[in-house]
Amino acid sequence: MSRIHVTTKINGDETEFLCEAEATLLDVLRDELGLTGTKEGCGTGDCGACSVTVDGRLVCSCLMLGAEAEGREITTIEGMATGETLHPLQKKFIEMAALQCGICTPGILVAAKSLLERNPDPSEEEVRYWLAGNLCRCTGYDKIIRAVLDTAADMRRAS
Amino acid sequence: MALDDSKKPREFKIVGTRPDRPDGIDKVTGRARFGADMVAPGMLTGRILRSPHAHARIKRIDTSKAESLPGVKAVVTRVDFGAVPDHVADIMDNCMAGEKALYDGHAIAAVAAISPAVARHALKLIEVDYEVLPHVTDVDEAMKPGAPVLHEGRQEETVPKGMSGNVIARAEFGHGDIEAGLKQADRVVERTYRTAATHQGYIEPHACLATMGADGQGDLWVCTQGHYMVRNTCAAILGLEQGQLRVTASEIGGGFGGKTTVFLEPVALMLAKKSGRPVKMVMSRSEVLRATGPTSSTSIDVKIGMTKEGRITAGFAELRYQGGAWPGSPVNMGAMSGFAPYDLENVKTVGWDVVTNRPKAAAYRAPGAPMAAFAIESAIDELAKGFGLDPLAVRLMNGADEGTKSSYGPTYPAIGLKATLEAARKHPHWTAPLGKNQGRGVACGFWFNFGGDTCVSLNITPDGTVTVSEGNPDIGGSRASMTMMAAEELGIPYDQVRTIIADTGSLGQNEVTDGSRVTFAVGLATIEAARAAKREMCRRAAMIWDIDEDAVEWEDGAARPAGPNAGKFPPMTIKEIAAVASNTGGPIAGHHEVTAEGAGVSFATHMVDVEVDPETGATKILRYTVFQDAGKAVHPSYVEGQFQGGAVQGIGWALNEEYIYGEDGILQNAGFLDYRIPVASDLPMIDTVILEIPNPGHPYGVRGVGETSIVPPLAAIANAVSAAAGVRMTQLPMSPPRVLAAIQADG
Repeated sequence: MSRIHVTTKINGDETEFLCEAEATLLDVLRDELGLTGTKEGCGTGDCGACSVTVDGRLVCSCLMLGAEAEGREITTIEGMATGETLHPLQKKFIEMAALQCGICTPGILVAAKSLLERNPDPSEEEVRYWLAGNLCRCTGYDKIIRAVLDTAADMRRAS
Repeated sequence: MALDDSKKPREFKIVGTRPDRPDGIDKVTGRARFGADMVAPGMLTGRILRSPHAHARIKRIDTSKAESLPGVKAVVTRVDFGAVPDHVADIMDNCMAGEKALYDGHAIAAVAAISPAVARHALKLIEVDYEVLPHVTDVDEAMKPGAPVLHEGRQEETVPKGMSGNVIARAEFGHGDIEAGLKQADRVVERTYRTAATHQGYIEPHACLATMGADGQGDLWVCTQGHYMVRNTCAAILGLEQGQLRVTASEIGGGFGGKTTVFLEPVALMLAKKSGRPVKMVMSRSEVLRATGPTSSTSIDVKIGMTKEGRITAGFAELRYQGGAWPGSPVNMGAMSGFAPYDLENVKTVGWDVVTNRPKAAAYRAPGAPMAAFAIESAIDELAKGFGLDPLAVRLMNGADEGTKSSYGPTYPAIGLKATLEAARKHPHWTAPLGKNQGRGVACGFWFNFGGDTCVSLNITPDGTVTVSEGNPDIGGSRASMTMMAAEELGIPYDQVRTIIADTGSLGQNEVTDGSRVTFAVGLATIEAARAAKREMCRRAAMIWDIDEDAVEWEDGAARPAGPNAGKFPPMTIKEIAAVASNTGGPIAGHHEVTAEGAGVSFATHMVDVEVDPETGATKILRYTVFQDAGKAVHPSYVEGQFQGGAVQGIGWALNEEYIYGEDGILQNAGFLDYRIPVASDLPMIDTVILEIPNPGHPYGVRGVGETSIVPPLAAIANAVSAAAGVRMTQLPMSPPRVLAAIQADG
């Protein structure tokens, strides 16, 4: 079976990989590139654990083929902090105990960052609907929603 | 050294604060390694072939074509395992079918291949001849004489003659005289309740990576709630010595009881043994739903008598739980726990353990208790409402207290039920106005909590910082709470301690992370290990000062002379003692090994407001408040998190979640689209009130908090929906069609 050569940019780095035609972007990230921060919870686009952005758009990487990454810019959880400096959402999630087991956390952080880039002042309801595609079984979402709202307020004050 | 064991309330410096969890950065940056994140050189992919039938005799399996496919390195069926010891026989049967496939999704064979694509292809080449048998998936149907029988000869002597072979065991609990009690009642409510099977729904599918040498040495990386259990179970199944199998727990992406047994692990080890290569296995979500978890579906009869003043004169319940294809449903824990919040003269419960053609039930957060609480708390609510009584006042009037003989036998020490009810009565939620089509419900819940085998090793490094090694996976902040308790006891800052989860080669036996035991039992062992290290450090200081050991005490992270008569020496800090340890007898450590007892039972009261749409039957949760006794909240944020998470799993169980089987016995909703767990937009904030009634069995008063929080919500929500809809709901889930049908039937 011939493999497809793909050139893309991941977390700012020019990246090349070979993938099977049927490989999802999630498979490529995890199995070819070792970027295992992106998680597989369902493989059917229902849980959001594999959330990444592609050219700034939030997608489930399990629903996109690796080959479709050609020429795109992908951002994963590994691209969220800058060196030692955490993104404000990452810091706030730790401070406010917005994670328990942590398996959904990368996807929720990627999704929440994407929300705040579009809407720096979301209402609670807007946060709840934006994150409705990200399943968390541990927290009941309360502390997650609070952490996102709190981060948004901090970022507004800082800007 | 003298330890302060006085009974005055202790003032804590670190316990009760909210520091950042030590594994936080790993988990927000994607660095944390979960089950599926590990790789090994030369690793193969393992995959399982699963039964497409609910019940079938396996007449023949031909693996020859799969074995000859290029890239396939091993194929395994039940034959490869041979005979296994009795205590793991059912687990073996679940991991790999023997003579019969007993449920849709039951493992039949497995392959290991050089890629996922080759493994998938190989599964298609395995030929299985099935003789399809009649099946049964409903608990009441399975109990009928003439129902298809799963196992011959498994029925216990407790079961009366003439019942279906699917009825495995009967158990009875209680005291007093039910009939006499019912005669004293002004009203008796008698109803049947039903609950659907639900899945734990952890977001991380089961995963493991196994290596196994011809020398009998194996290594296993696995997401589990208990790697010592995995070691012991796999060693028994594969005929290994426990000491030769080293199991390392990955980070765990949720478990809720569902990761307290094995599914893939013995198969992965067998594939690794046959192939001579590391084998990684990861379940798909549909495999998780078809073949792991879930909890029981149930059918429960309740009969409760009450006086018009609200006193319960007698409580009776008969509980029927199907536990899937093997014995062991959590019915006894349901039967023991349902009436446990109450002080009753006459109480009796009967539990029936039933097998059906469904996946074997695994523990699910307070296993067995939420369904019993749903039935009993619904009946109590109906009686209270019928007399026009305040449901919280009725619960307070009947509530258990210190000295109450519980419905399951023991007499309670200090407990927190009434504190939760009083807090609920005083909370603004209780008197907030309700609108049209809205209803408020309350319910109480109980959980036993557990201790069990526990080992902790605490080491003082040469620079005087501290490492704690414990043997229970950190499922929601336990590294933080152990670090806090060690720092508290040693009198040093939180950031001077690091807690790690040790592999099975590094500590003695540790019970799985279950029964809400970790903060209690591992915490207790951590505190005792720290005390052992303190004693040793005091001894070293005494040696340096050349005074008596008993003349040295430990305070604020340093050894000090115990009083003016002990001599005048400046305190020696942990760092100073550690720096000279090589000259005073060598490295310093403390450790503690215990079968922890005195876990301390836990109670909660939940209050919920809902709105029911009379046009669609859809229920919206408007407001939710949890009142629960934590004994002592070590890290209050994670205690609140347990309360909130349990409440929301309960909301899913009450309103949405259910295993749906067709006439063919095939699971129809094996995915997160159709098995719908609550999402953020379904919910309000979940308010929490932490009560602290110290557990006398723990040095700091800690009680487990993880499980109690899922016990009341089913009933609290049913009581709220019943109030809002004007019709009593007795079956879960209260999905829109079911609520609408009930409203319409009520006219």
